[in-house]
Amino acid sequence: MATPTTEKKTLTFALMDAPYENERTVTALRLIDIAARRGYNLTVFAYEGAVSLAFAKQAPHANAVHGRDAAQEDHPMPRDWIAAVLAVAEKNGGKIDWINCGLCVDERGVGEAIPGTRRGSPADLWKAAEASDNTLVIGTR
Amino acid sequence: MEKYLFIESRDPFESRDVEQSYDLAAQLAREGKTVTLFLVQNGVLPARKSAASAGLEKAAQAGVQILADGFSLRERGIGEGRLTAAVKPAPLDVVVDQLAEGRKAIFF
Repeated sequence: MATPTTEKKTLTFALMDAPYENERTVTALRLIDIAARRGYNLTVFAYEGAVSLAFAKQAPHANAVHGRDAAQEDHPMPRDWIAAVLAVAEKNGGKIDWINCGLCVDERGVGEAIPGTRRGSPADLWKAAEASDNTLVIGTR
Repeated sequence: MEKYLFIESRDPFESRDVEQSYDLAAQLAREGKTVTLFLVQNGVLPARKSAASAGLEKAAQAGVQILADGFSLRERGIGEGRLTAAVKPAPLDVVVDQLAEGRKAIFF
């Protein structure tokens, strides 16, 4: 097993899955969280359905079948997970440049993203990959 | 020496393509490359001794290091005692370690 390096690394992750659809999103955010806790500098390029992960208007809802209101249901919001990993990175001296593909955003009408994320283009993914120690693409199947 | 990281998230009972990723990992190892096959999500299911474990055992014999995400194992109720000898449990941190090391990585 490799010994964790204390050197500050730069990694890029490309995510493609829409929220609530696949466990790959959880795995991706677990990886980003681990790297953020190490203070690495990270670029996350969200494209296709993944641009909805940071959509600011995701709303928690009640569950009438189980008789729970929205607070009791405590529905997980991917936008909150992203805000959490952004905060973890900052706390540990690193940073996350979270880029939502603008073409994909426009197609889906999810232009209102949470603070700390930004709009970009596929060219940003290329630039980030060029500047990174490594890149992991987690594509939809 | 070239080093590779294969991250396999699929269950071989869901997709026959999984056998091909095992075979590719084994082939690289036979060529003298350093290869880790990291199982995650439903990819950990064949880590439990079963009819689907043969592909993993074959890859291990070829020299592939095979690790299974401890969190994914716990989510699926697979205890360490039920794993085939070819597979060792490991934290997801290993993936970040190997990415940081600069391994060629692919997520299946």
